Amino acid sequence: MTQDDQRPERKGLGLKRQIDENLKRVYQDALEEDVPDRFKELLERLRAKETGK
Amino acid sequence: MTTAPDNLPPPDDPREALTHHLPALRAFAISLTGNVALADDMVQDTIVKAWTHIDSFQTGTNMRAWLFTILRNTFYSHRRKRKRELPDPEGIHAASLYEKPEHDSKLAMTDFRAAFAKLSDEHREVLLLVGASGFSVQEAAEMIGVPPGTVKSRASRARSRLCALLGMKDGEHMLDGVDGSTAAVMSRSGTQAA
Repeated sequence: MTQDDQRPERKGLGLKRQIDENLKRVYQDALEEDVPDRFKELLERLRAKETGK
Repeated sequence: MTTAPDNLPPPDDPREALTHHLPALRAFAISLTGNVALADDMVQDTIVKAWTHIDSFQTGTNMRAWLFTILRNTFYSHRRKRKRELPDPEGIHAASLYEKPEHDSKLAMTDFRAAFAKLSDEHREVLLLVGASGFSVQEAAEMIGVPPGTVKSRASRARSRLCALLGMKDGEHMLDGVDGSTAAVMSRSGTQAA
């Protein structure tokens, strides 16, 4: 049983590339969202707390 | 001569770079959880931890990797606490009741997202780290805390799982004549033979 040797490696690579492109898109879409102000405010608060003591 | 405003940390404080990493951190959290509200809570926790534990950050190392590591640890402890009560505001699970694409050789993004959301946390994580956000296998291994070989095999299993969820068996363009169940059996026997 050596049929495993016939695994479509090359086609598998195409599939992998396609999956990774989609993954990048999922991540990229999230990356393009505006970061809410609460995080900038949080950093300000942390900074102020530190210098305030 | 003016002195620097005293409400700012010194310019070489690595914490000044936190703002710069925020979008990536948040993108990782959102893609990992599929839930913006939960993601934002995790990002908030991560920032507070990073700020207060900046001493454990080694200057000159990859800050983004350090932050992602804190975030993933936060994710798993959140997850342990919240267990199965995760809300589903975007209807991800509903969207997963999709019709298989008839002819499309491309992966439709809606289907892809639905399938991605169905993966285990570990599979989503590894694919996001090595497939999407561009970390090396070595970096991902350090972040997850497993050997690089485990990252590779986990990523490969995660991709196979995605394909199965997407019903890639119908993707004749990609598998070119090999039908999906055959391909699945072939790859399965391939691993078992090893």
